Amino acid sequence: MIEVKNLVKSFKDGPIETRVLKGIDFSAKQGEFVAIMGRSGAGKSTLLYQMSLLDEPTSGEIFISGKEAHTMSEREKMLFRLGEFGYVFQDYALLPELTALENVSLPLIMQGLSRSAADEKASEALERVGVGARLGNLPSQLSGGEQQRVSVSRAIAHKPSILFADEPTANLDRESSARVMEIFKELHKSGQTIIMVTHEDEYARLADRIVTLDDGRIISEKRN
Amino acid sequence: MLSAVDIRVGFYLALRQIRRASRWTTSLIVFVMLLTFLNLVVVTGLLVGIVAGISNQFRIQETGDVMITALDTKDYIENSPQILSFLQTLPQPRAVTARYSAAGSVEANYFSRVDPNEKPNKTGATIVGINPVAEDNFSNLSGYVGEGEYLSSSDYDAVLLGPQFVDRYSFGEQPGLTPLKNVYPGTKIRLTINGNTREVIVKGILDVPANSPLAARVFMPANELRQIMGRYEYAVNEIAILLPAGTDGAEFRDLLKRSGIGDKAKVQTFEEGIPNGVAEVQNTFAMIGNAIGSIGLAVAAITIFIVIFINAVTRRKFIGILKGIGISGEAIELSYIFQSLLYASIGSALGIGILYGFLVPYVSANPISLPISEAIIVAQVDGTMIRIMLIVLTTVIAGYLPSRMIVRRNTLDSILGRN
Ligand SMILES: Nc1ncnc2c1ncn2[C@@H]1O[C@H](COP(=O)(O)OP(=O)(O)O)[C@@H](O)[C@H]1O
Ligand SMILES: [Mg+2]
Repeated sequence: MIEVKNLVKSFKDGPIETRVLKGIDFSAKQGEFVAIMGRSGAGKSTLLYQMSLLDEPTSGEIFISGKEAHTMSEREKMLFRLGEFGYVFQDYALLPELTALENVSLPLIMQGLSRSAADEKASEALERVGVGARLGNLPSQLSGGEQQRVSVSRAIAHKPSILFADEPTANLDRESSARVMEIFKELHKSGQTIIMVTHEDEYARLADRIVTLDDGRIISEKRN
Repeated sequence: MLSAVDIRVGFYLALRQIRRASRWTTSLIVFVMLLTFLNLVVVTGLLVGIVAGISNQFRIQETGDVMITALDTKDYIENSPQILSFLQTLPQPRAVTARYSAAGSVEANYFSRVDPNEKPNKTGATIVGINPVAEDNFSNLSGYVGEGEYLSSSDYDAVLLGPQFVDRYSFGEQPGLTPLKNVYPGTKIRLTINGNTREVIVKGILDVPANSPLAARVFMPANELRQIMGRYEYAVNEIAILLPAGTDGAEFRDLLKRSGIGDKAKVQTFEEGIPNGVAEVQNTFAMIGNAIGSIGLAVAAITIFIVIFINAVTRRKFIGILKGIGISGEAIELSYIFQSLLYASIGSALGIGILYGFLVPYVSANPISLPISEAIIVAQVDGTMIRIMLIVLTTVIAGYLPSRMIVRRNTLDSILGRN
């Protein structure tokens, strides 16, 4: 499904070059749920951005469904992000002037669905994460937990091949976190490939495999 | 590059951004666009209208739509009575007036002048003999009387003075014109034509702008002027014809020429008869109007640019997220273009409403009284359309540029708020 070989990412600040990822080899199979753990600053987010085509690695290769990311045009990458990936960000990243339903519908419309088909699919996805009653609300009218669930529905409404999540529960209280993780468990059960960065052992335990990063390298891999 | 989906999504985003934007901000931007439109259309229209007012003043006060004057080789129009009665048989004319005119002089304060070496209070004048009723029908001359009264047909030894002759109204001594002092309705003045001098009473003084054709005329009933001039036939100097609105003056001129009048007199439309250079002045004013309008257009473009730029900068994170989840940059840019387009269209639509629904009809019914003319607003529909297209084009560019600047920034940097 996704494979990363000898991935290096460094940032240049004038003459100083900081290597954040120092040669990562990693892969995830179809339907697999992988948790990425590690100290703050270990390079977890950076790795996720490279794999999800939001950023360009300094060197190394990324294969997605057998295609090498480096050979893709910007437009191809955009279409990949639109059609194949789903993103859940730590801070929900919903558009403030769009209602819950519109936030979820928008990428579907971008994929060429009609308004009504997109709205129908979007409300199904919102129903699935338990915010079906808040379709017409703006993000500012929703609690953090509800916003994150809307964000999850946006990420899964188009049935992506991979769902990326970067600390999806970091801003949530225990109860909301548990609900979001419950949804991830459900998604995993129904065959969704998930790559999730988390700090919480409790949630990492839901994954098939836990990969731990430190200082830009993978220091351990453990199957649950 | 642009796909139908980009347009749909761009529109979808634009609509929701506007719907949830602050009413105040939106109204303010629309108001700026409205002012831009009015600035671009009305300022030019008014400047052109000032000149149009000047030439229109000639038309309604002097020449009419078609004017018959003496041939260059003659002092008067031959066969005047026949021409006048022919005109009466025609259905077109709305009003016809025939005038005698003579060069002469007027003098005031001749009794108080004791020293024979003192300069007389005297000036050259064009004296016009009119039928008071016909002239009033033609130009509403009685409506311009500011002091005293209008002439009646039975008046004798009575004149109306244009304001240029009266020192209270005129701009002082000018070459060829010495304004008369202490002249009021009832004052006696001396009129000299062809060496014949007659004492007449000032019955009224006209109140018209300095550049009105009435400003430097002395009017008196035609019969008396004929006597003073020693003209014993009814041979007039000019015949002015007003046509109903919308009638083609050139067509009527040709009709008169074909009837044989062309052999006896000069037949000209109002445009041919007005002083040279009016068209050039009109074009000059239009250019000045366009220059002023262009400044307004630039200000509007900058306003839109700043509004969209600030909007895009403060929403940079969301623009990054949109790109991150696969919304095309084109769709995002279009959303801003649609927004600025909407501001421009609403502003222009309001402008059109105000212009054609109120300003143009109101000002044409109540011309703006300026010292130079009775100004109207000249705003032809095709010119207005071009200006609207200019506003729309400018706005689209002013909305596109800043959004492009933000959209092209690196996606991840935008999401994370990095520079
Ligand atoms: N644009 C950047 N320029 C320089 N250093 C960066 C940049 N982005 C991230 N880093 C550094 O890379 C390291 C890893 O960051 P990150 O992947 O966000 O860590 P985390 O594991 O906490 O998600 C950190 O030390 C961070 O300071
Ligand atoms: Mg991180």
